[in-house]
Amino acid sequence: MGSLIVNKPGLLTTVQDQGRYGYQRYGMPVAGAMDSYAFQIANLLVGNERSAPALELTLLGPEIIFEDSFRIAITGGELGAEINGKRIYSWSSVKINSGDRLTFKGAQQGCRAYLSVSGGIEVEEVMGSSSTYLRGQLGGYLGRSLKSGDSLKIVDTNKGDFSGIIKVPTEYLPEYKDKSQIRVVKGPQFNRFSQSEIDKFFNSKYLISTQSDRMGYRLEGARISHQQSSDIISEGISLGAIQIPGDGQPIIMMVDHQTTGGYTKIANVISVDIATLAQMKPSEEISFSMIDIKEAQSFYHQREAMIRELEQMINKIYLIYN
Amino acid sequence: MREQLEYFPASDNSILVKFGDEIKKEINQEIQVMLHLLEKEAIAGVIEYIPSYTKLMIVYDPLTMDYDDLVAKLKELEDRMDTFSTPSTKIIEIPVMYGGEYGPDLEAVAKYNNLSTEEVIKIHSSRDYLIYMLGFTPGFPYLGGMSKKIATPRLKKPRKKVPAGSIGIAEQQTGIYPISSPGGWQIIARTPIKLFDPHRKVPFLLEAGAYLRFIPIRPEKFEWIEKKGGFKWGV
Repeated sequence: MGSLIVNKPGLLTTVQDQGRYGYQRYGMPVAGAMDSYAFQIANLLVGNERSAPALELTLLGPEIIFEDSFRIAITGGELGAEINGKRIYSWSSVKINSGDRLTFKGAQQGCRAYLSVSGGIEVEEVMGSSSTYLRGQLGGYLGRSLKSGDSLKIVDTNKGDFSGIIKVPTEYLPEYKDKSQIRVVKGPQFNRFSQSEIDKFFNSKYLISTQSDRMGYRLEGARISHQQSSDIISEGISLGAIQIPGDGQPIIMMVDHQTTGGYTKIANVISVDIATLAQMKPSEEISFSMIDIKEAQSFYHQREAMIRELEQMINKIYLIYN
Repeated sequence: MREQLEYFPASDNSILVKFGDEIKKEINQEIQVMLHLLEKEAIAGVIEYIPSYTKLMIVYDPLTMDYDDLVAKLKELEDRMDTFSTPSTKIIEIPVMYGGEYGPDLEAVAKYNNLSTEEVIKIHSSRDYLIYMLGFTPGFPYLGGMSKKIATPRLKKPRKKVPAGSIGIAEQQTGIYPISSPGGWQIIARTPIKLFDPHRKVPFLLEAGAYLRFIPIRPEKFEWIEKKGGFKWGV
């Protein structure tokens, strides 16, 4: 069985899949890939199931030595990947050989990239998922981010054992650049804010603070006041919920978010724009625009249709060459 | 007559069902009834549920079903709620060792309330606590029903690490730390039972809607349960 060796861990490198569902009622966060579009495409490019465990890389990628030949893909933000010092394209998969060294020059665009390997990374599933939940120290590789010297096993497969690059057509690439407009739907406590505060929220630019991680993005900008109190009786929280705590500075709940909470929520980022947010870095600016649930769900349908089209195209390539 | 439920979207893939405005047993029980109906019905496209004090969140897959479809389905279930008998109440017994190294703040709680430590133990372990919801950290139960007689403010300086299984008091609340974490609650006891073990077939022992009963045990029993892996106890 082949494996990959971590020479340098990078800033924050974790094993993720599409998340751990079914346990939020017990207080267990979902975790999983922050940019689920890039994550799924990375897997498709190497002939895996969409949800196979892959690595999520953050800003500074790791240095990895492959101990066997595989097909690998890198998608998401542009972190400057090189194989043996030679630049490789993002959003494509290539065949690499035993002993090859993968390094990263640094983030040029976006924040998170996904590294998939043909066969998928083999880690023990915890509660039905391979995702790393960092605060709970469980899932993924020993419940933590990767360290130098870690050796990750790769599931055996003969898929992708052919030369040549498989590249995602341009029309399927997300536009991470100039995507500072984040679309939201009304949050459950939208009506508890006055019209002037709601206008303020939608007309202001917010800075993503340095206190932002996989759990949540803290924003800095116009303070949103409450008509009554900032607190509600604790209730379930959804991915992308925008909480307004007592200090009036919004917090966006990301994939490692706690399952319940007692802050008012003015809006909720639509599912497809979570991926856009996942690629934004601290000190970047965002603003919000509102759409309705039907529109938000139709964007989700469109994205799924794109993934299925790509899946079919890529499957054909594998049928011919493999 | 039961109040009509309110439905509203929380996001493009989750809905909140509101059962009332106050934290009380009856409202929480209605949530449990709806939850059981939903689990029996197993609606295609529903991913998971998050019950809380007064609301039920339902996470769904918009590729399978849109918001209006789900609300229509839930309203059908709402009509059937009155004919559905409440599921029998489950009581979960939690063996605990009060005081000493396991409950370093027991004496402070007794002193604050002008009670003896024995009286605190008696009051704390003589009633059943409704688990309103789980959240905050994996497996943390929000319990209702603690006696005011043993209510005590939080520690002035929170501890950097409270061991897993610690039972604490904060104002009029009591709770258990399922995993070790920093915390400012007054720790009066500890259980050798692992409330949460991700590698167990049943990762979480507690569930919303059940009652929790603390059973005082002796140190020998504590060690015995710990040796058995902190799962089964008793007979």
